[in-house]
Amino acid sequence: MKMEDSTLVEIKNLTVWYRVYGGLLRVLDGVNLSVARGQKVGIVGETGCGKTTTVKAILRILPKNAVVPEGTIMFQGRNVLKMRGRELQELRGQGIAMVFQDPTAALNPVFTIGQQIMEVIKYARPGGKAKEWREMAVRALKEAALPDPERLMENYPFQLSGGMRQRVCIAMALATARTLLIADEPTTNLDVTIQDQVLRLVRRLVEEKGTSLILITHSLGVAREMTDLVYVMYAGTMVEVAQTDELFDNPLHPYTLGLLQSIPKLTGGGVTQGIAGRIPDYANPPPGCRFAPRCDQAMPICSERKPALFDAGGGHQVACWRFAAGGEAVA
Amino acid sequence: MKRLPDDGLLEVRDLKKYFPTKRKGVFVRAVDGVSFRLKRGEVLGLVGESGSGKSTTAYTILGVYEPTAGQILFKGQDISTGLARRPLALKKEIQIVFQDPGTSLNPSRTIGQILGVPLAVHRIGTRAERQQRIAELLRLVELPVDFMYKYPRAIGGGERQMVAIARALATNPSLVVLDEPTSALDVSVQAKIINMLMKLQRELHLTYLFISHDLSLMRNVATRVAVMYLGKICEEASTPELFANPLHPYTQMLLSSIPVVSKAEEATKPKRIRSTGEIPSPVDVPPGCGFHPRCPFRTEACSREEPAMREVEEGHFVRCHLLGAGVPGDGQIH
Repeated sequence: MKMEDSTLVEIKNLTVWYRVYGGLLRVLDGVNLSVARGQKVGIVGETGCGKTTTVKAILRILPKNAVVPEGTIMFQGRNVLKMRGRELQELRGQGIAMVFQDPTAALNPVFTIGQQIMEVIKYARPGGKAKEWREMAVRALKEAALPDPERLMENYPFQLSGGMRQRVCIAMALATARTLLIADEPTTNLDVTIQDQVLRLVRRLVEEKGTSLILITHSLGVAREMTDLVYVMYAGTMVEVAQTDELFDNPLHPYTLGLLQSIPKLTGGGVTQGIAGRIPDYANPPPGCRFAPRCDQAMPICSERKPALFDAGGGHQVACWRFAAGGEAVA
Repeated sequence: MKRLPDDGLLEVRDLKKYFPTKRKGVFVRAVDGVSFRLKRGEVLGLVGESGSGKSTTAYTILGVYEPTAGQILFKGQDISTGLARRPLALKKEIQIVFQDPGTSLNPSRTIGQILGVPLAVHRIGTRAERQQRIAELLRLVELPVDFMYKYPRAIGGGERQMVAIARALATNPSLVVLDEPTSALDVSVQAKIINMLMKLQRELHLTYLFISHDLSLMRNVATRVAVMYLGKICEEASTPELFANPLHPYTQMLLSSIPVVSKAEEATKPKRIRSTGEIPSPVDVPPGCGFHPRCPFRTEACSREEPAMREVEEGHFVRCHLLGAGVPGDGQIH
């Protein structure tokens, strides 16, 4: 069991709904997540499963139509959901930073890279001198292994390639925030050789600085290479949690198994049938386990009661009724 | 006119496609001397990163672009002209499935109308027969027949791609170009689409030119794989051979960069050759071998002289100086 004070982020029973025309979308349904200091945590799942909603809730940047009827998000022992004004600004400036999927949209096209990084530093270090901000910005770019940082400071985003832009975003995120980096599909738009470079950079930087990482990805392969602990998410619920090696050696949840089988392997063997059906309608999610309608191992109880996360041993937790017997409900 | 061997369907010879830029005399050399052959019933995977010219190659074969130089032979007939000068009967034979079914299907037409377009263009059947053919096409891709009354927005992304596949098959083509047909989809949906494509390929004896950036996918669907870099094919081999014995440093870099999900897969990756640098702009192609600025094994010759395509083993072609005579050969790359 890890010690209480090593926990950096602790999300308990987080529920998020979106108010839309004609009703409520019940997107997150009691999400639990915990990140220790210096830990690299992956959240894996397919489009629309609530990965981004979860991390946006941590940063309190959910869209205006979102409601959080239940749950707590503790960051360094304080509830993020209760923070306001100055506290929130500090949280975002020094505590948590985020890197988004599309670096082209994340950077402002009409300001130079230097202006944009210095802006971030200025907010985190008010009262400093412009010269210091500049030095910090150049240092941040240098740390991200970007060539010729002095010249890069004067460049506009359009002068850089996609991979370079994403590295700039990572440099910017880590320029001031040292506690937690949230990376939301940071390499999804990049080619595989560039993805490899960017992921290596992220890993090196977070390890050097002792920063915790939450990496959102739809790619199980990326999660396997980058993280210590993986959460598999489906339709707004965490369906499986395990140490990365354990998860890939011994996947248990039918959804995780389906996902793993769907991935074309370098070892060949053809392509399987995938997972039948599609993600449920959030306006009217299935009662019980949200995966039950697509699950080939579903039992009567699955469509009636939501499974808790059951302990499958060795810190491996599965939200599946098949593991209820003998297992102990953890949450 | 030269005839292809009986099983040859498509042959591309030294195909080039340059696009003009605003600067006079400066060209985007998108495709810069590509040659390959496609046999009937084969699935050729054309793999490369963005900017490698794989899509331009496909579009030039389709006739969307007129080639700058080179020849395209289809069933022995020279079709190296733009679409306007291509006979209608030939267009029927070569069809395409695009990457994003969200934009390749007309949002203001029903699925039935969308599937009816190729039938009308090629004047296939009477009105009633076309209606029947539309239903038949939907059944072919295992979609409910009443989908013909629905609009693309009313169905899921995977189902839309099934419609796009049905549309490509409407005219009974012999060659289908698949331009990253699953890269906009989640893996569980991708699996379904790929299964359908492979089933149709077997049952209808189709030939696929499969454009993709995903080598793991190609491992499982292609009979041969050609790897493109900066407008040229740098390595081509049968699928088992390419993955067991990748020889071009770029192929090795690509393979070693792929994140995988098991130790067994890890073991098939080439010895770690680290990915460095980025693909240069096709406007500013480096002299010599296009890959040399990123290549850890480059020699002085690589920046001076362009390597020729060489058959190192039967059916295994590589464009690299390292595999020439007198230079450390295959297996020596570390």
